[in-house]
Amino acid sequence: MNIGILIEMEAGQVKGANFGMIAMAGKQVDADLFALVLDGVDDGVSKSLAFHGIDVIADICLPQDSGIKLNPDIRARAVAAAAEELGLDMLFGLSTALGKDLIPRVAALADAPLIMDCLDVDPAAKTARTSQYSGKVLADIQVVKGFSVFGIRPNAVSPSPAPGQTQTIVIDCTSLAPAGLTLVSWDQGTVSGDQPSLSEADIILAGGRGVRGKENFELLFDCAKIINAAVGASRAAVDENWISYAHQVGQTGEKVSPSVYLALGISGSVQHFAGMRTSGTIIAVNTDENAAMMANADYQVNADLFEILPELIRQLGIGTKIT
Amino acid sequence: MQIYVCVKHVPDSAANIHILDENRIDEDVAFLLNPYDEHAVTEAVKIREQFPGSEIIAVTVGKADAESTLRSAMAMGADRGIIVIADEGWDALVMARALAAAIREDGSPGIILTGKESIDAEGMQTQFRLGALLDMPVVTNASQLIIEKGRARVTCELSGGMTRTFEAVLPCVVAAGRGLNTPGYPTLPSIMKSRKKPVKEIVLNRLGLNPSVSSTKVVRLSPVTRTRSPEPITGSPAEIAGKIIKIIKKEGGLA
Repeated sequence: MNIGILIEMEAGQVKGANFGMIAMAGKQVDADLFALVLDGVDDGVSKSLAFHGIDVIADICLPQDSGIKLNPDIRARAVAAAAEELGLDMLFGLSTALGKDLIPRVAALADAPLIMDCLDVDPAAKTARTSQYSGKVLADIQVVKGFSVFGIRPNAVSPSPAPGQTQTIVIDCTSLAPAGLTLVSWDQGTVSGDQPSLSEADIILAGGRGVRGKENFELLFDCAKIINAAVGASRAAVDENWISYAHQVGQTGEKVSPSVYLALGISGSVQHFAGMRTSGTIIAVNTDENAAMMANADYQVNADLFEILPELIRQLGIGTKIT
Repeated sequence: MQIYVCVKHVPDSAANIHILDENRIDEDVAFLLNPYDEHAVTEAVKIREQFPGSEIIAVTVGKADAESTLRSAMAMGADRGIIVIADEGWDALVMARALAAAIREDGSPGIILTGKESIDAEGMQTQFRLGALLDMPVVTNASQLIIEKGRARVTCELSGGMTRTFEAVLPCVVAAGRGLNTPGYPTLPSIMKSRKKPVKEIVLNRLGLNPSVSSTKVVRLSPVTRTRSPEPITGSPAEIAGKIIKIIKKEGGLA
């Protein structure tokens, strides 16, 4: 069985979230694992992929022009062509913001079944587990046959290093040219680059109505910076314009699975749970002991977040180094 | 211009979902127009204002009762509706084929709008399949759409405030994100009027779809029952903070 893993890069390196996805594919011990890389393969990239058990690296070369190279239509056509050339049975890619605009394009081009935002995939049974109905239902969905595509939720599975030998092959897609879709411009946005993205962060500090103002969210950012966490928010906080929509967790925001979700002053609406229910450990801090978030957390702190948060910042500032 | 809007009839996100026979849900709950599709209908109305004489056609695939969702789309401004009646057993591949065939048979789209995902299956793929089947460019999670000179200029949101702007040649498929516009509540007169707007019914197997090579099937549905039993953390703020840090270090892999 040939399983392709579409690698998402950041600043020339393999993003950490890819390694859990490789581990998920690696459960199929007799499978050959192909890493599909669109953004250049250097020594560091191939070493980190070999360390996690990739057998073959497909270095897919795209046209040099960055507007063409970053065009999701071009990228999808290159990946679909590579999948065919490599004889892939399955393709895995991260269900990140970029992935949601790339993986389904590949599936559509190949007219292949697609399951997005998978929490797990069993390659032997051709079955994937994903959440449906606002995170209230876990669905096990089976692909009947043929080439199939899976979007994997970042952090759903932990990395599991499997060092081995890897070889690199080059797939030339430099002659691809834009058809009906042109990428005109792209903007890195307001979230600073040194913060982990919401969907990939191991730790999320999230604030809700209880944060009571824009300036108070600065406290969350201060604390998050020390522990390399991302800052999330409930829809209530976003609607009040205390923080931008880019930070919203929930039904209509980002869906996240961090190891630790610290919910500060979030009551815990059904829609908010839809975005963070699959978190590892949930810690709720709320003055209302009857808040839904308190009842559905692993740890509950019935206290004022403005007493706890400054204390967290103080103690972390003394005792912790950023990993 | 003919503006087609693909809409889906989905359970209300606030509904309690009960699972029957381990592979389907009890449909005796409130259903409504998929929230992201509301943004698509709202945008269609804006486009019709820009191009007077345009027609908005809402299209859905579902059981007969999905007609109520077509009526909602028509109360929000669609001129007429098409329902492809399909009972159980269709997946995303069939759904996209049915929508594409119904549109192709009905007219010639200037643009096709839909929501970026449905809140029931959360499949995130119909827009792309429509584009592939109808050979049209696709943009997803649109937060701004400007049509001029035969092209759509679309700004799309990524996470973390990142945006990308595309130009797509018309006709194209645009999937609406939440930032695209603010859907309004339909007025009572528009709801009354929507009841008289025409709806065309097509039975799925009349469309003569070419089946896809593969398909998906739901093997099992299970409720998310991970019940957490909350453990209280008590003490002074300093003690509580200390305990929280310990948990973050242990579970979050903080050194």
